[in-house]
Amino acid sequence: MAMAASLGRAAAGAWRRRLEQRHLLAVQCATRHSRWCLITSRTLYSAEYDPNEKTFEKLLIANRGEIACRVIKTCKKMGIKTVSIHSDVDSNAVHVKMADEAVCVGPAPTSKSYLNIDAIMEAIKKTRAQAVHPGYGFLSENKEFARRLASEGVTFIGPDTHAIQAMGDKIESKLLAKNAKVNTIPGFDGVVKDADEAVRIAREIGYPVMIKASAGGGGKGMRIAWDDEETSTFLDPETRRAMGEQAVALAKAVKYSSAGTVEFLVDTKKNFYFLEMNTRLQVEHPITECITGLDLVQEMIRVAKGYPLRHKQADIPINGWAVECRVYAEDPYRSFGLPSIGRLSQYQEPLHVSNVRVDSGIQEGSDISIYYDPMISKLITYGSDRAEALQRMEDALDNYVIRGVTHNIALLREVIIHPRFVQGDISTKFLPDVYPDGFKGHKLTDLEKRELLATATSLYVAEQLRSQQFLGTPRISLAKLDVSNWELSVQLGDGTYSVTVSNNGSTFSVEVDGMKLNVTSEWNLASPLLSVTVDGAQRTFQCLSRDAAGSINIQFLGTVYKLRILTKLAAELSKYMPEKAVEDTTSILRSPMPGTVVAVSVKPGDLVSEGQEICVIEAMKMQNSLIAAKSGKVKAVHCKAGETVGEGDLLVELE
Amino acid sequence: MRRVRTSEMAGLRYLSRLLQVSRPRLARPRSAGGPSSVPERVAEKRRAALLGGGQTRIDAQHKRGKLTARERILLLLDHGSFVEYDMFVEHRCADFGMESDQNKYPGDSVVTGQGRINGRLAYVFSQDFTVFGGSLSGAHAQKICKIMDQAVMVGAPVIGLNDSGGARIQEGVESLAGYADIFLRNVLCSGVVPQISLIMGPCAGGAVYSPALTDFTFMVKDTSYLFITGPDVVKSVTNEDVTQEQLGGAKTHTAVSGVAHRAFENDVDALLNLREFFNYLPLSNCDPAPVRKCHDPSNRLVPELDTVVPMESTKAYDMVDIVHSIVDEREFFEIMPSYARNIIVGFARMNGRTVGIVGNQPKVASGTAQEYGGIIRHGAKLLFAFAEATVPKITIITRKAYGGAYDVMSSKHLRGDVNYAWPTAEVAVMGAKGAVQIIFRGKEAHAEAEYVNKFANPFPAAVRGFVDDIIEPSTTRIRICRDLEVLASKTQSNPWKKHANMPL
Repeated sequence: MAMAASLGRAAAGAWRRRLEQRHLLAVQCATRHSRWCLITSRTLYSAEYDPNEKTFEKLLIANRGEIACRVIKTCKKMGIKTVSIHSDVDSNAVHVKMADEAVCVGPAPTSKSYLNIDAIMEAIKKTRAQAVHPGYGFLSENKEFARRLASEGVTFIGPDTHAIQAMGDKIESKLLAKNAKVNTIPGFDGVVKDADEAVRIAREIGYPVMIKASAGGGGKGMRIAWDDEETSTFLDPETRRAMGEQAVALAKAVKYSSAGTVEFLVDTKKNFYFLEMNTRLQVEHPITECITGLDLVQEMIRVAKGYPLRHKQADIPINGWAVECRVYAEDPYRSFGLPSIGRLSQYQEPLHVSNVRVDSGIQEGSDISIYYDPMISKLITYGSDRAEALQRMEDALDNYVIRGVTHNIALLREVIIHPRFVQGDISTKFLPDVYPDGFKGHKLTDLEKRELLATATSLYVAEQLRSQQFLGTPRISLAKLDVSNWELSVQLGDGTYSVTVSNNGSTFSVEVDGMKLNVTSEWNLASPLLSVTVDGAQRTFQCLSRDAAGSINIQFLGTVYKLRILTKLAAELSKYMPEKAVEDTTSILRSPMPGTVVAVSVKPGDLVSEGQEICVIEAMKMQNSLIAAKSGKVKAVHCKAGETVGEGDLLVELE
Repeated sequence: MRRVRTSEMAGLRYLSRLLQVSRPRLARPRSAGGPSSVPERVAEKRRAALLGGGQTRIDAQHKRGKLTARERILLLLDHGSFVEYDMFVEHRCADFGMESDQNKYPGDSVVTGQGRINGRLAYVFSQDFTVFGGSLSGAHAQKICKIMDQAVMVGAPVIGLNDSGGARIQEGVESLAGYADIFLRNVLCSGVVPQISLIMGPCAGGAVYSPALTDFTFMVKDTSYLFITGPDVVKSVTNEDVTQEQLGGAKTHTAVSGVAHRAFENDVDALLNLREFFNYLPLSNCDPAPVRKCHDPSNRLVPELDTVVPMESTKAYDMVDIVHSIVDEREFFEIMPSYARNIIVGFARMNGRTVGIVGNQPKVASGTAQEYGGIIRHGAKLLFAFAEATVPKITIITRKAYGGAYDVMSSKHLRGDVNYAWPTAEVAVMGAKGAVQIIFRGKEAHAEAEYVNKFANPFPAAVRGFVDDIIEPSTTRIRICRDLEVLASKTQSNPWKKHANMPL
């Protein structure tokens, strides 16, 4: 008896210029069903655990980051001891700290560590782990790894080698699906030799054709920054049921016995066609868990141990709506997301917002390195309906504190409030369609601009007032200065605004453009989050930096705005200040210290991205990695390994 | 009586508004053609004083991207708090036509007085470049000396806003005497009240010694210069072609010579930053360091610190990151950020209380340049300062404390009050490689590992009590805040001496 947990991902495609969507169905199969009653509570990870059910004693997680942490959480709940593997640069990582044991499997490059099957097998032997959870990516769909584990008698938590192989090949899987009477796209189910042939076949079929590489795909280079959400806006229960049945049929055909995802393409007439099947835990599995109350990892482990699933497809309810955003260390203002690296100098997940789940593998102080996917976390919110889930997501994004690396929250927040997205009109071309000139951040409405100006100036005044508050110092003037009214001039973008602030306790009365706003807050100047009530509306701001000269960076509605706040007097006098040409130091790299060049990682003509290591200088046995200040092409390299350089010497020029 | 033109009136109205000086009510109606009444003359002199060298020169000053002496004071001090002294003082030179009325400017070439910065008292002088290029006359010096004397008497800092072409050549030795009078006071005030110089224009010749004697010298980028002899003299003496900027600009003095402690973008930036800086300082040697209201919890854990020191002991990390994460609200006013970049110094607050911070930045080179540059004597200065200081001293060893550096950096042996080591600390005479070569003369293959195991960790220091504890880095802030509270009542003194002889 097969059971399936349905899930949906709106990685929709603008297919034939009509609205059609791809849908996914996660399928779980087992040989017989049991009569466990499912508790559909709203709490996360609600799936119950039977402490008397025998399970693995020790499990190794052949992955890193958030998914490793995710699996460890379930293992802890089930009383299973955990082993993490890690590369040398990851030795301080969260997944290492969370596990009961950790084994270093090699240096930073994934081919030498997380994909190093020999080293991982060695780690399994050493720790006597009985089972391996591969997470997603890395070795999760690697049949060789599954085979090696099988030969050692170690349980691979996932489908068997046969299913991986069958579904791993996009053409073979099509044929299998066809045979299992699953709807497939009318098309050519064979090997396409070259582009010309592809065009010919396309004409014959009469459809625009989506060409996908037959093996591979996904991975670091290809990813969608948001996951687009659970329970599609498009599917009715009937179609969903039919899809579920076909997915189960396909799973049965390959004797599939673990978590997997079947992707269908749906056209406007609600016809659906099989696209592919992913034989692993899906990256976006948390949304399924949120609305079903299941713990998919727990079920995977149970099934791998030989237990039947406890739920029938029909037993699995869909409660409410869930949305997942993938929060990445990347710069959305460039190509919708050039990877960024750095240290998370401050990091605070929005867990104080209700109905929020954050799956992450990092913490304050963690490094986002060049070696791995720069994902910060998967941020999931849920609610009784789509609007509520999305509203929660806005709150969660506003309350997410990430400092030290560039992140994509501005873009995520823009997407979820965009009318097209709100209506469910989304496609893989969404970003280029909506932002043809690239992403420029949130465009403030007049009201929002006033709210920002009012809050920023109130913060400024709160800070000015605080700087007069000394404790226990007797030598402060008793004559109170006339500070009831602050006449300020604010620069925001190209505009200069006159703002008057008057203070009454923790409430500031602010006049912007002749409009009065009341701003109330605790005005905690140490908190990275600033919860403010502007004319009764609750808003969350983040002050990223402020300095004595009035410059202040504020994150509002996801986007960071640079403001300069000066008193009227200072603003008036500022007009005499000379304009200074900013020296472009981003295209040249100079040695910051005298030392020896240990390594040069680029040559002329190379394309480098911001934050990429360009060379390493050793001074006093200290290796200092020098990175590109911007993305660009290398124009010239003026140093080579082994050379001694002085402070300020020109090392590399970018175009 | 000088005539005030319309454009000057506009400037005057502007300044009057800013200064909240209302036009004085005249006691008697003015009789046509007759001599002015005293109140009229007072008003007239005040108006003239507010205008300094006149609107044309004010415009010229603005064109250079500089503010006037009075505008600077307005920005520096709390609104309406400035109390001016000696507005009627005029120079006394009677040579070279200087005695004529049109060469007399009420207040002469400097504006002096006192006011408040965030409610706290400060004495200020601001040199007026629009009057004889801000040159120093006997009267000018006398005005400065007057406020310095009073500052010491009441115990309040002196802030100098320097913008002066140099000595008033027409006055000859009188001008030189004026300089020396100021220098003497700079020396006597040293260690009694904080003295701050902000160089906002030229400061050349003998004039440079006053900023050099004060506690802090700040500069404004592109518009301020400090040098003994200008580019012309340099050219005639050494035949070197050098610009003012190269010779004594902000970059030269903040990055190369170390004469200035920090530079700011322009006048407005500099003055606003000076207000912030002032908040860190005590008013005098008899006042405690200020404690500002603090929103940052003193018991805040800093998990970031547990991973900040890289696993590889040769990989660099940024000590500024550590400072930011420990101090209140990540506020760190760095002193000399561009000079000697292997050490970071500056002011911050812990639970509201001002602290000075000295941190090693792992970027140091040894070699002939260092030795020829006198690193021994420079290092000795640092050691002297740590040893002599009687303020509460807390030390954290984050990683390497090798050789003399361990001793110098406020070790327990130099009266460090609380000394902590992080688990990553390595306290030893030297690195493993060098030590093993000396101990075993390269005969022992496993000796290096043994040495590392024995010495490249905090235990040897901890077992001897040379560090008080080995702490979780994330608890550093909590401990420092707690220790400072305990140490607030610390009393310690040095032996009586006429004066110490610090290596220079």
